[in-house]
Amino acid sequence: MITFWFSVVVLAWVLFFVLEGFDFGVGVLGPVLGRDDHERGAAVRTIGPFWDGNEVWLVAAIGVTFAAFPAWYGALLSGLYLPMVVLLLLLAVRGVALEFRGKGDGERYRRRADLALAVSSLGIVLLWGALLAVFARGLALGADGQVTGAGLARSLDPILTLPALFGALAALHAALMLGATFLSLRTSGPLRHRARTLARRLGTVGAVALVVTGSATGSSLVLAAAVLSFAAAVLARTGREALAFTTTALTVAGAVTAVFTTHGAVVLPSTLNPAWSLTREAAAATPQALELITWAGVLILPGVLAYQAFSYWVFRRRVASDRVPS
Amino acid sequence: MDVLDLTRLQFAVVTIYHYFFVPLSISLAATAAGLQIAWLRTRRDQYLHLTKFVGKLLIVTFAVGVVTGLVQEFQFGLGWSAFANFYGDVFGPTLAIEGMLAFFLEATFLALWYFGWDRLPRLVHTACIVIVAVGTLLSAFIILAANSFMQNPVAYALDPVTGRARLTSFTELMLNKVNLAAFPHTMAGALMVGGALLLALGVWRLIADPAYGVLARLGAWLTLAGGGFTALTGDHLGKVITEVQPMKMAAAEALYETTSGAPFAVFATGKPLPEFALEIPWLLSILAKGNPNATVQGIDDLQAQYAAEFGPGSYVPMIPVAFWTFRLMIGAGMLAMLVAGFYLWRTRRGRTAPTWLTRWLPLIPLLPAAANTFGWIFTETARQPWIAFGISKVADGISPGLTSSEVVVSLAGFTVVYGVLAVVWLRLVRHLARRPLTPAAASPSADEPDLAPVY
Repeated sequence: MITFWFSVVVLAWVLFFVLEGFDFGVGVLGPVLGRDDHERGAAVRTIGPFWDGNEVWLVAAIGVTFAAFPAWYGALLSGLYLPMVVLLLLLAVRGVALEFRGKGDGERYRRRADLALAVSSLGIVLLWGALLAVFARGLALGADGQVTGAGLARSLDPILTLPALFGALAALHAALMLGATFLSLRTSGPLRHRARTLARRLGTVGAVALVVTGSATGSSLVLAAAVLSFAAAVLARTGREALAFTTTALTVAGAVTAVFTTHGAVVLPSTLNPAWSLTREAAAATPQALELITWAGVLILPGVLAYQAFSYWVFRRRVASDRVPS
Repeated sequence: MDVLDLTRLQFAVVTIYHYFFVPLSISLAATAAGLQIAWLRTRRDQYLHLTKFVGKLLIVTFAVGVVTGLVQEFQFGLGWSAFANFYGDVFGPTLAIEGMLAFFLEATFLALWYFGWDRLPRLVHTACIVIVAVGTLLSAFIILAANSFMQNPVAYALDPVTGRARLTSFTELMLNKVNLAAFPHTMAGALMVGGALLLALGVWRLIADPAYGVLARLGAWLTLAGGGFTALTGDHLGKVITEVQPMKMAAAEALYETTSGAPFAVFATGKPLPEFALEIPWLLSILAKGNPNATVQGIDDLQAQYAAEFGPGSYVPMIPVAFWTFRLMIGAGMLAMLVAGFYLWRTRRGRTAPTWLTRWLPLIPLLPAAANTFGWIFTETARQPWIAFGISKVADGISPGLTSSEVVVSLAGFTVVYGVLAVVWLRLVRHLARRPLTPAAASPSADEPDLAPVY
């Protein structure tokens, strides 16, 4: 039961990072790749109907983590208090910028909304990347299972490290790649071409970076990711946009799964003493609670996936980024 | 302030702020659904324009509700991880099921509705907004069940091995009698705020665009109906609360001595309350137990009783806060109802309202919003010192290791960002209401030609 729920938690996080990943990427890229108000509007419209549904996967991931592993939820959020608060504030700015952009009047208003969208999306991506690195590396958990430290440093120190910086950069690359392939898939005209070119370049750069990392660490997983990244670049070049996006999404899914499963039965390692790490068993809720959410999940989640797929189907057409319909 | 007080203040700030937007979303979603059904049945353009206008208000309000609601879900882990750990079994599934069952529905179908005007068949499209409205009610019901657990813990057992609370029945948790009384009361209060917003915007724009007159009267009816229902359900809720949390109702009345045939104090002065009071005889006994001669327990008796049951300590909440928030809640709600009723009467059969009334009416949403806020402050502060009544105190729930400096920084962050959001939201609502209602407002996807499908 615990293993099953651990898989559900990981699945929810994977879906969140893949789905919101592409709309974070579009959030950063749209205002940059879009040369005028109309193109920037088109970029936002590609994610307009989806971003909110995507963000609910964060609600689901946090909710399921709370329900199935309350101690893990508590340790992650209270131990990373300040970064999490900043993340929430950035998410607030971003959501409002997205929904408010089309409702106001005037190009100046929309430019401001675009700026807020790009900056907040960028901040969120970098912060999530850093946080994922911390999830994988662990926190300074003491013998009592609580994060040690005092003052602001208590929750800021974990993300001010070199691995967290690499995590942030990797996440930025992944989000930009997802955003670029999604934009090239969902738009037409010059915006589509610019997005495609960017995807090609990003894919190549990513592949090179991954090959270097893979050779240095001898990790076959990283080398496999390099192959996928290179494949995405080639696919973007040949105009196989749907495949390029799928390949990128799979790479991200693999990376997130790796982060959550890297320590086996330990969900949150202690960087001070391995014996103080938080295990799945210790973090899990009671069997009764797990049974309850199993029923709820089995009954509800297939429906959620079905109607979310329906919404992607309804809005399956490309968005015009130039004024003349092609 | 120490870290506990700061964290409590922060919880209060972000929760109260979130609760400005939630009732508006609930009420606007129901109104939009009703208007669209009216349009489907009558095919009158007027209803279509109103549906689209209310839909835009709903979208911008829902957006703020979503982003501030996310904070709520994180809060239990951020500042209250001891509580999250101890009651994770009860709270976790509730929040997870709310997210999976209700929130996904709202978010997905609201987008389908808003962007789907010319993509979906008429009936499917109308079904989308109805689903959104049902989703908001479902969300509210589940979340209020989680709150009702804190007022009246049911369906749990304390695990002898881990010392944590275990959920024994999800159905029982949902059907908590406090929830069954609080849900209709809260929904009626929500209806009032949405109605008052439409009334305010309608009156404000009436002179420039007569089409807004319908909106004003619709809003006034919703405010009036919501108000009546709030009063009825509030009476029932009061009786349930008297039963499960007698201290809360005693605090609301500043009733120190156990009294038979207790009066209701409309106004009181003195420290501690009351020294001078304007009282309505027997009313408190009627409100609390439905019988003018019933005995209502006083604060002193209850304090002694709790001290004997739970150990030494103070179990008395802040009396002036409880006393005044309770009265301000009722007063602001009744005043909003009166104003809405008066407006309806003055504008009956096409008459125009007097200028002094139309000048002040745009401020009317402040009344039900204040009533809701005072209601929640009363509910949550008059429960103190408990986080979950009778089983866990607030001081035991805070995250261990959390430092004051962290909370000061986050509280400042929330204050600034939420302040900016409020200003932007207000300006946007004003901007949306400035557009003429009558000419068919272009649907948001109208300027987007249909190109080839991509998947």
